[in-house]
Amino acid sequence: MSTTVEESRRSGRRVGDSVFSGLALGAALVILVALAGVAIFLVLEGLPGLTAPEENLGGASSFWGFVWPLVFGTLLAALIALVIATPLSVGMALVISHYAPRRVAKPIGYVVDLLAAVPSVVYGVWGIVVLGPQLVPSYGWLAENASFIPFFAGPASTTGRTIFTAGLVLAIMILPIVTAICREIFAQTPTLHQEAALALGATRWEMIRMAVFPYAKSGMVSAVMLGLGRALGETMAVALVLSASGVITFNMISSTNPSTIAANIALQFPEASGLTVNVLIASGLVLFVITFGVNFAARAIAGRSERRLAR
Amino acid sequence: MTDTLTRPDARDAMPLSGPRLPQSAPWIVAAVAVVVGVGLGLLLGRGVVVMAILAGLTFVVGITVWAASLEGRRGAVDRLVTSLVWTAFAIALVPLLSLVWTVVSRGFPALSVDFFTFSMRGVIGDAQGGIYHALIGTLLVTLGAAVISIPIGVMTAIYLVEYGVKSRLARAITFLVDVMTGIPSIVAGLFAYALFVLFFGEGIRLGLGGSVALSLLMIPVVVRATEEMLKLVPGELREAAYALGVPKWRTITKVVLPTAMSGIVTGVMLAIARVIGETAPLLIIAGRTDSVNFNLFEDRMTTLPVFIYYSYTQPGVPPGPGVERAWGAALVLIAIVMGLNLLARVIGRAFAPKTGR
Repeated sequence: MSTTVEESRRSGRRVGDSVFSGLALGAALVILVALAGVAIFLVLEGLPGLTAPEENLGGASSFWGFVWPLVFGTLLAALIALVIATPLSVGMALVISHYAPRRVAKPIGYVVDLLAAVPSVVYGVWGIVVLGPQLVPSYGWLAENASFIPFFAGPASTTGRTIFTAGLVLAIMILPIVTAICREIFAQTPTLHQEAALALGATRWEMIRMAVFPYAKSGMVSAVMLGLGRALGETMAVALVLSASGVITFNMISSTNPSTIAANIALQFPEASGLTVNVLIASGLVLFVITFGVNFAARAIAGRSERRLAR
Repeated sequence: MTDTLTRPDARDAMPLSGPRLPQSAPWIVAAVAVVVGVGLGLLLGRGVVVMAILAGLTFVVGITVWAASLEGRRGAVDRLVTSLVWTAFAIALVPLLSLVWTVVSRGFPALSVDFFTFSMRGVIGDAQGGIYHALIGTLLVTLGAAVISIPIGVMTAIYLVEYGVKSRLARAITFLVDVMTGIPSIVAGLFAYALFVLFFGEGIRLGLGGSVALSLLMIPVVVRATEEMLKLVPGELREAAYALGVPKWRTITKVVLPTAMSGIVTGVMLAIARVIGETAPLLIIAGRTDSVNFNLFEDRMTTLPVFIYYSYTQPGVPPGPGVERAWGAALVLIAIVMGLNLLARVIGRAFAPKTGR
């Protein structure tokens, strides 16, 4: 009697377990299929674009001639954003997790979380209306006094819609995200490590450097990677802010700027038809490859620091 | 004899703690820095921005030098970093606050009951138009995306943490999820377009495509958040459940998931908040319309972000009302997102396990 109960219970357990683990496995496989689908469909629709004639390429003689200025602009804008946003967001995260008194830190953290959710199109409109005009005097000053640096060669834009403004808007956009993740990770540092460091007489900065940063390193890298990914692929803010003309230049304050891949697609796609659509999809594929490469590199870095920590 | 006499002297000469700046030191330096900044700014005839920069520099240099003279090198470095961190914080907060202020002050005048109940169908010039169609579109498209991605995301995370630990497939999936995190939103839109073109032919625009594109962006966020939270659940809890003879799937649904629930809800909330403001993929696959569309499976569908984009870039003649509607819609969109955040926080707290603290 008792054995049958045991057996039925055990078999019931097995059914439930196998159904549940099957569901979990299935969900995981869906991701595999979806990503394969992304690659396959984009390649299928993008291939005709690689050999498109001149009239679909906006004046460029070949597809690569068309896409290279866009790649350049994408990388430049993302780089500007990252250089500005990384130190600021690490600082901001440290304030929230370690420096501010808890009573202040909680609402600040909450505000940052909310700002992470402000839509990119709003950032874009804000960039045109508020940030751009604010920056015009600075651009003028830079063009006058620092034009020997290639970045500030001028002539200065009068609307402020430059690649530097776009990079700045991108920086402001990724700031809350990177901050939120960094803060999360800083807060997870074992309290015992921190207290041990303080008990040994470390100052607060030494404690952070020796207890918090080593623990949080891989998380910080992946936070920055997320930010970079978002900056590379960010569309609307750039499409709105940048006045683009498809040139390659390091001059960051003039009114002729390289466009970015994503912004170019967003601006062209709604009115595009025929082969132009395929060209745009192919350029999207290039963007995909770039972000893939960036993620791959960032992951390798994060993995290495994780291994070092484990040792 | 001499020994006992010198000992207290030695203790006086070598105190247990080094000299420290007074507690109020940062405030004193800050006050001095503000005075210096404003003074120099007035002297040079520059604006508020220059004054703030000067004051910030004075503060950082001042407190570091003071600490260096009194507390030594380590203390000075600590003070320097502290002030730099706070400066970074202040700099970062300025644009964020400016953004919120701009949206609220410009968007508020646009709000009215009609703004929420009118669509843009046949609206020309000064006529009353609204965002009803965009609200419906946003709700439906986002709901579709959530329905697709939450089950897939949570179950994948469960597979990764509970079943596939260290298996080759799990490693591959983790990698792919990382790749997915980096998919630019516009590429997700292109993917949805390329997918639906196969079935419906060129120029296809429909709401469901938007949902598919958004779920592509949402799934990795859900997976990562859930995975992190499941990993934080202590192994002892699982072992205790197994020791009581609870099957694995019951352990997961009754012990592991409830313990991690608040974190998972927060992750899902962040994911929804991320996609609800997406413009680019919807611009491509969901298109734009001025009319209300309740059907996710047919015809174009405007969402709020797309509405904002077009209202601002093509405001019509005269441009005033169109731009005002754009700001109003931006305010509504932000309010929706923040409302979602608040709601999720409340839910997360309600679900949180009792820690006994």
